[in-house]
Amino acid sequence: MRTKNILLTLLTLLVCSSLMFAGTISGKVTYTGTPAKQKPIDMGKEPSCAKQHATPVTNETVVTGPSNSLENVVVYVSSGASDDGQVPSQAVTYEQKGCQYLPHILPMHVNQELKIVNADQTSHNIHPLAKVNREWNKSQPPGTPPISEKYDKPEFISVKCNVHPWMHGYFAVLNTNHYDVSKGGGDFKLPNLPPGKYTITAWHEDYGTQTADITITGTETKEQNFTFKAKAY
Amino acid sequence: MNSLKPMRFIGAIFFTAILGMVLAVGFAAPAFAQDAPDVGPTPPLVLKPMESHIGNITGHAAAAKSDYRRYCAGCHGDLGDANGENAVWLDPKPRDFTSATFKCRSTLTGTLPTDEDLYNTIQRGITNSNMPIWNTFTRQQRADLVAYIKIFSPRWDKEKAGDPIKVPAEPPVTIDSIAHGKLLFTKLECWKCHGPAGKGDGPSSGTLTDSKDNPIRPYNFALGKDDSRFKCGSTNQDIYKIFMTGVDGTPMPSFADVIQPNDAWDLVHFLRTLQINRHGKENEILSAAHGVIPPYVDKNPAPAAAPAPAPADNKSPGGGQ
Repeated sequence: MRTKNILLTLLTLLVCSSLMFAGTISGKVTYTGTPAKQKPIDMGKEPSCAKQHATPVTNETVVTGPSNSLENVVVYVSSGASDDGQVPSQAVTYEQKGCQYLPHILPMHVNQELKIVNADQTSHNIHPLAKVNREWNKSQPPGTPPISEKYDKPEFISVKCNVHPWMHGYFAVLNTNHYDVSKGGGDFKLPNLPPGKYTITAWHEDYGTQTADITITGTETKEQNFTFKAKAY
Repeated sequence: MNSLKPMRFIGAIFFTAILGMVLAVGFAAPAFAQDAPDVGPTPPLVLKPMESHIGNITGHAAAAKSDYRRYCAGCHGDLGDANGENAVWLDPKPRDFTSATFKCRSTLTGTLPTDEDLYNTIQRGITNSNMPIWNTFTRQQRADLVAYIKIFSPRWDKEKAGDPIKVPAEPPVTIDSIAHGKLLFTKLECWKCHGPAGKGDGPSSGTLTDSKDNPIRPYNFALGKDDSRFKCGSTNQDIYKIFMTGVDGTPMPSFADVIQPNDAWDLVHFLRTLQINRHGKENEILSAAHGVIPPYVDKNPAPAAAPAPAPADNKSPGGGQ
């Protein structure tokens, strides 16, 4: 009886340990060099969008923050994650507003539901230029219901609207739920990582990819920074 | 004596050079003897036993091997990757079969076309492009070629063709159906690319690119007369399918989710009136109405003579043009 109890306790501890001893990888994404100047967008051909922006927005190929920080970098566990195949039940949403994509880069799990919403008073066509997944192209006039889609293979998919050529974004279809997109100060955080060896990949649409190997042993926060070399043009 | 030595030296150099040239030409000669096409490098291509079914004809990929190399590979490439030797000179570019993305489909956007769709494309060719009408082939040859182009993409191993969309019977053309079609043309912003009069000169027309970043023009409805064709056919049914399924690989999206079947027929009737030089029932009815499309009176206020953006945006100045 006693041995049984001890065994049960040990089992519970083992099961819980993966949750209790969860590590975190966090860090900053920065750049060196001089990034290309982002051009202001002329939305004159689409007055309903132009009037939504007090100052003209620029294109978002390279978005930088204070002290050389780099935004819109997708940082994710590219190998070692234990959640492959766990598709989140809630959908991710991609919004077209003011003739821009919100967010500019939308990460999602393979086979996760993707909802595309048109909040504008103009028609958009959503044209994700998938190469590994199926390429489709749908019109979404104002006031029509969201488009529901999903992708069954990991891929960084360039998304554009042919009617408004300045509109450009990305779907980051990943095989993991451990991902983040660097924000204002270039910060990212990958929490809830059980002990193990991981490869972390940082992807930027213009500057390419970088990887780092990190081992998590218990409840700890490991720092991993990424520095990209800016392209001047 | 001394002065002769350099001469001899030069002579020796000449002799060696000439001997070298002769040898070089001799050895190189076999390299020029590549007249027969089957002497070239064999592409690392697996001839998968793909089939096609068109009516009661079954096409076999293996049977189309020589036809493909002789008639198709020049543009579409030995590997089906649109890198044939003529491809650089072509605009629009030939189809890349490795992506299995096809323009002319009766199936929804993003799905594989049916065998009939591919067969029809070979038979009719693609207007405004370098894809000719292949009416010299037998039906069997065309069916075999349909099977052959499936060897280039793994999608054909795993996926089935999409289901063809349902096209309801065409209702009669009336001035009302034309008027409603015009309203849809305005509301759905077809004019953004195709232009208010369908001349392919809309505000976005100059910036359009296909999925490989090559510039592409929207269709100009005003060109062409009674024999005018669209990329994917020439009948009213074909026009219906083109905008409902979209032209994949190009900026033309699918409207299947946003246009009701009967509304779609109204749009077809209006699009026909943009073909101003074509003799057809649509233009006859328009002439009977003295060439004036009346405002459509149903749920929305009259559309302005010059197309405006979506009704909800009527307040914004400039009208998006």
